[in-house]
Amino acid sequence: MSDKSSSPLKIKAAKKMRDLMTTYYLEALDAARNHRQVAWITSGGPVEPLVAMDIIPVYPENHGAMIGSAKMGEDLCAKAEDMGYSGDLCAYARSDIACAVVKGGPIGGLPKPDMLICCNNICGTVLKWYEIQARYFQVPLFIFDTPVCHTGYTPEIAAYVQTQVHEYIAFLEQVTGKKMDPDKMNEVGRLSYQGQRLWQQVLNTTARKPSPMSAFDAFFFLALIVTLRGTQVAVDFYKELIDELEQRTRDGIGVVPDETFRLLWDNLPVWHQLKWLSDRFSAHKACLVADTYTSAWCSALKYIDENNFLDSMAEAYTRIYLNIGVDQMAEEVLKMIRFYDVDGLVMHSNRSCKPYSFGQMDIMQIVREKTGIPVLMIEADMVDPRSFSQSQVETRIDAFMEIVKHKAGRS
Amino acid sequence: MIFAGIDIGSNTAKAALIKDGTLMGTRVMLTGYHHLKAGTRVFGDVLVQAGLSRSDVSAIVSTGYGRASIDFADKAMTEILCHGAGAHFLNPDIRGVIDVGGQDSKAIALDDRGQVDNFAMNDKCAAGTGRFLEVMANALEVSLDRMGEVSLTADKPSKISSICTVFAESEVISMIARQEKRENIIAGIHAAAAARVGILAAKIRIQGPVMMTGGVAKNKGMKAALETQLNQPLIISPHCQETGAIGAAVLASRL
Repeated sequence: MSDKSSSPLKIKAAKKMRDLMTTYYLEALDAARNHRQVAWITSGGPVEPLVAMDIIPVYPENHGAMIGSAKMGEDLCAKAEDMGYSGDLCAYARSDIACAVVKGGPIGGLPKPDMLICCNNICGTVLKWYEIQARYFQVPLFIFDTPVCHTGYTPEIAAYVQTQVHEYIAFLEQVTGKKMDPDKMNEVGRLSYQGQRLWQQVLNTTARKPSPMSAFDAFFFLALIVTLRGTQVAVDFYKELIDELEQRTRDGIGVVPDETFRLLWDNLPVWHQLKWLSDRFSAHKACLVADTYTSAWCSALKYIDENNFLDSMAEAYTRIYLNIGVDQMAEEVLKMIRFYDVDGLVMHSNRSCKPYSFGQMDIMQIVREKTGIPVLMIEADMVDPRSFSQSQVETRIDAFMEIVKHKAGRS
Repeated sequence: MIFAGIDIGSNTAKAALIKDGTLMGTRVMLTGYHHLKAGTRVFGDVLVQAGLSRSDVSAIVSTGYGRASIDFADKAMTEILCHGAGAHFLNPDIRGVIDVGGQDSKAIALDDRGQVDNFAMNDKCAAGTGRFLEVMANALEVSLDRMGEVSLTADKPSKISSICTVFAESEVISMIARQEKRENIIAGIHAAAAARVGILAAKIRIQGPVMMTGGVAKNKGMKAALETQLNQPLIISPHCQETGAIGAAVLASRL
């Protein structure tokens, strides 16, 4: 751990982002009073039509991350288990289901939804999870079904998903009793595209040496591209953040003092251990410069037509990182290893997230064979601390860093 | 020059001394509650045994779960690196190490210079660790030391299907209630533990020759079950339990 004199300068934009997120949640919690509707939506779901129709999108998964970071996951997960849900169920689902009943968590529960939008491009658990919530809140549910693209995006998949885009709009028009304004939709689409492009630029800044921010910062700054995608607020914020990160690079400010080793992270963060993990790696002069998780909110940019968002959205939302084959996922990981020039890969085998964790052993072998860099697998859970042991993980990190140092020939 | 390694495990504390590439002596004792006291005592004992004093030792490396508590060590290193270095010291041909420790089991791949190339460890669950065997020994009223020889007399090993130590224990208790033969249950326990460790070896695609280290390597039944699981013979050094401490001493000589 660094002493005070060499501790890195904080990223100033963090305060502004906290304020923006507070405003966003206050607005959502006040929705009913202001005669606005609220939709709960999955993290990888097509949010732009909601924004275009002035519906406030709320993300149980982002809420789950907040619960994890606030170290409130254990109680809520245990509550869900008391309600009869299995401990093997995703901790986001468990904490959300419990929170809806007990109104717990850092903000006293999410605002009651008027509708639920469930897109299964991130996992299959969301289907049952959203069905449960639709029954609990007695609200309509729209399921946006995106088949897994194991080898590619076939014409059959394209036609199937495109049909649902139209059904989705019709569903929203019916629930709100309003027609969608195509001009407004185009504008939101453009802002979403711009926001995602800027988010990619934010992540790209960490290819610089030393890295001006780490994956731990990216886990935090991610919240806006998830929750406020398609708004001017997100676009303006990321422009400011990029300026600050560029300035840090010009001033030679790295987030890890004396950055010597650069690492890539795979899977969701361990929300309840961010600081501890960050300190553990910093103590080895290692910076987790990038991750496969936060880049999921810009990885489908190449499929989006900025000027025709609604028609290109089907492909963009279907071909995200978690909805492609393991070979293609490995290819993405290899690209990131090269782009960010990393010395090692840290994989979080996440008890909660089966689609993310399944295939990691294969990706690990592919990475070892094609790059020769050391790969560490740590077992944990993104929200439930009962599946995590600091002393065991510490030993693994220390041993892994010893191998990284040896292979990189630096210490 | 003389170098020392101290390995504070969850069950036992070990110390080793090496001089000019040869082993001078080792000591093992129970760790107990106080890591630093255990380290100080086991180190003192190994010095007395070799007729040396503290000032004769050029450098000390500590390892094991209590490694950070040994404040008089020059450096703390993980048991993964130490077991690798120790196995290479005991037999330079070794390319794979299986260490079944008190609360951890691990598989380690070594390159031809004895450097750790890759490793895998058990997850938070205790199945496949020394603790698992200890819990079962208690349930069966057999001393840990005798488990190995008892299991070698099994005619039909029982099938333990639970992967969780707690569930496996209740499974074993129900077998006792059904009056299954003790030796068969123990052989089944060894097979279940070996299957868990086998997963770790498969994860890193372990290559032979493989050495088994850690106190559990003294258990002949566990050795046999692992050999079946890995489909290759295991090399076991008389110093299997002190391999981590020996490796720590080797690494101390490179500081």
